[in-house]
Amino acid sequence: MADTLTANALPSERRPAAITPARAQGVSCARPALAMVAPAFMLMCLLLLGPLLGVIALSFTDYQLGSPTFSWIGLENYREMLADRVFWISLRNTLTYVAIVVPAAVALGLGVALLIESGSSYRAWYRTIYFLPVMATLIAMSIVWEFMLHPQFGLVNGLLHGFGLEGYSWLQDRRTALYALCVIGIWQALGFNMVLFLAGLVSIPRQLYDAAEIDGAHGGWARFRLVTWPMLGPTTVFVVVITGIRSFQVFDTVHVLTKGGPSKSSEVLIHTMYVEGFEFFRSGYGAALTVVFLTFVLLLTLVKSALANRGVHYA
Amino acid sequence: MAKIELRAVRKIFDSTEILKGIDLAIEDGEFIALIGPSGCGKSTLLRVIAGLEPQTSGEVRIGDASANGVRPSARNLAMVFQSYALYPHLTVFDNIAVPLRMRRHSALARTPLLGRLLPGRAGTERGIRAEVERVAAQLELSSLLRRKPGQLSGGQRQRVAVGRAIVRQPLGFLFDEPLSNLDAKLRVHMRTELAQLHRQLNATFVYVTHDQAEAMTMSSRIAVMIEGHIVQVGTPTEVYENPQDIRVAEFVGSPKINAMPGVIREDGGIEILGRPLGLSTSAPTGHCSVCVRPERMELGAGPNAISGAAISGTVVHLEHLGSEAFVHVKVDRIDLPLLARLNPDRQLPAIGSSIHLTYSANAARIFDAAGQRIEVAALLRSGRVQEQAVG
Repeated sequence: MADTLTANALPSERRPAAITPARAQGVSCARPALAMVAPAFMLMCLLLLGPLLGVIALSFTDYQLGSPTFSWIGLENYREMLADRVFWISLRNTLTYVAIVVPAAVALGLGVALLIESGSSYRAWYRTIYFLPVMATLIAMSIVWEFMLHPQFGLVNGLLHGFGLEGYSWLQDRRTALYALCVIGIWQALGFNMVLFLAGLVSIPRQLYDAAEIDGAHGGWARFRLVTWPMLGPTTVFVVVITGIRSFQVFDTVHVLTKGGPSKSSEVLIHTMYVEGFEFFRSGYGAALTVVFLTFVLLLTLVKSALANRGVHYA
Repeated sequence: MAKIELRAVRKIFDSTEILKGIDLAIEDGEFIALIGPSGCGKSTLLRVIAGLEPQTSGEVRIGDASANGVRPSARNLAMVFQSYALYPHLTVFDNIAVPLRMRRHSALARTPLLGRLLPGRAGTERGIRAEVERVAAQLELSSLLRRKPGQLSGGQRQRVAVGRAIVRQPLGFLFDEPLSNLDAKLRVHMRTELAQLHRQLNATFVYVTHDQAEAMTMSSRIAVMIEGHIVQVGTPTEVYENPQDIRVAEFVGSPKINAMPGVIREDGGIEILGRPLGLSTSAPTGHCSVCVRPERMELGAGPNAISGAAISGTVVHLEHLGSEAFVHVKVDRIDLPLLARLNPDRQLPAIGSSIHLTYSANAARIFDAAGQRIEVAALLRSGRVQEQAVG
């Protein structure tokens, strides 16, 4: 569901195609226009709007997976949710995760892209290295990370011991579990952001750098401030929103590595949703959690379109 | 204002030699146009002067100092790019102010929020504002200062780029095909504006273009570059009337000059297609090219009294342009049709009709087999050799 919303946030798909011609040329044109819009509209109803309405409706019931009957209970699920300590922990953890992963993955992605772009050799090599985590199966990679973070024979603690530092039980300690997951999240998102920034960097006209040089912007920082950063504006907005939405969706690593523990210290929204919906079979309550999650994703999408309309895109 | 001097400048990109030893002295306040076919190295030469591209060897002198190893901005030359290279996120005002801000504010004062707290920044900023507004008024941009480049027309963007160049009062201006992105009508208009700007500023202008009309109309001197060499430097008239190399003759002038294969006989006389031309030279015998501009070709009349150099052929194509007309004449044993420019009030010959082409001997420019210009003298009927003014 969230993935379809993500795709919908792309600017090219946001224009209502049928309105202007129908209004301009009268009703006679409205019918073919509607006919042409129909396939896309049907698919959207079937795959996006229908399930969305279904979930919203479900969140007002006490439906349990597999049960033959259900009854309307109004806002009871939401009332329970707001009173539930686990929901608030899970929401706070998710927001913490997003607040750490988004800036770090965006900044590092930009940094790596700039380094690769400014270097002259082995570019393809570095691009591949940084892009590998994106292509790898996250579940499998999570297991690899589990071994790396293992308290006794993990690579990370081994390195720390090598420097004479004390190791941690990263994933079993409630002070570090969430942050360890953040690091894995950053590692995973970095490569994708790098590729987007690389594409943005390539499309900056070289003559702008020449002009900046003649105007007196020497040095990397002045050039970055005058040309690179503003010209990457549209890319950056896109990268931030995509990374934000993907971070809200964090689930694989949590499920494989910590299952939300220890003592809910790494519980996140989607994981709570999964546990409620598919382990306790409380589909109604799970649907209510999904609606909250969707609200956040929708907010991010709205921020993006607001920025896009404000003219972050240049003519 | 300063003169710019190039001494034996060479530029090699990965074993390809783009500039093959350029020597050029550009006088203070001169408007010089660098023209040549695409790929001849003229834009590279401009970038070397600007300092954007280091030369492989040789020296660039600006004013009386060597500019080797000096950063582009420290050379104090302004450049106007073909794509204008305006910063799309900045308003017209900020675009013009960039060079001043870069020079007058410290790096700290340019920091977004912190910079505003710095003492003395406001005063400098007021000075910058006044200068930008003065330049904007000069270029009639005052009403557009709040707009972004994306909201401007091509001609307006062009003027903003010029504004960004003149606001810093540089020693010289470098133009890299600045008009080639404009439509034909606007290009003619901007030609006049740039020429006026040059008179107003009285600064050194170096203007790269492949459009010879721009070079001919605006510049005080033209340097023709071909394959990495400057082949000829001179006033527009000189370059047009007295090309020293056949490549210059063929590049300058539209439509192209007529080139006819000729032979230098043992007695020094020159003939085309077996007919004597009435010219003689001291150059060694062999093949040569006889070139005549289309407007010096005449149609129809019998053999020319002086030269006797009439050529007969068939009309293959007519071009009527309103103010002038071109007749394409195919002549046996000459590959390309010869062109004659006519006044439109004349009756044009029909396509397919046979016709004579004549020209006076002093309209012919003769080049040897290597393409170099040959000095010639007219051979009068009396047998006397009269010196011909050839420059």
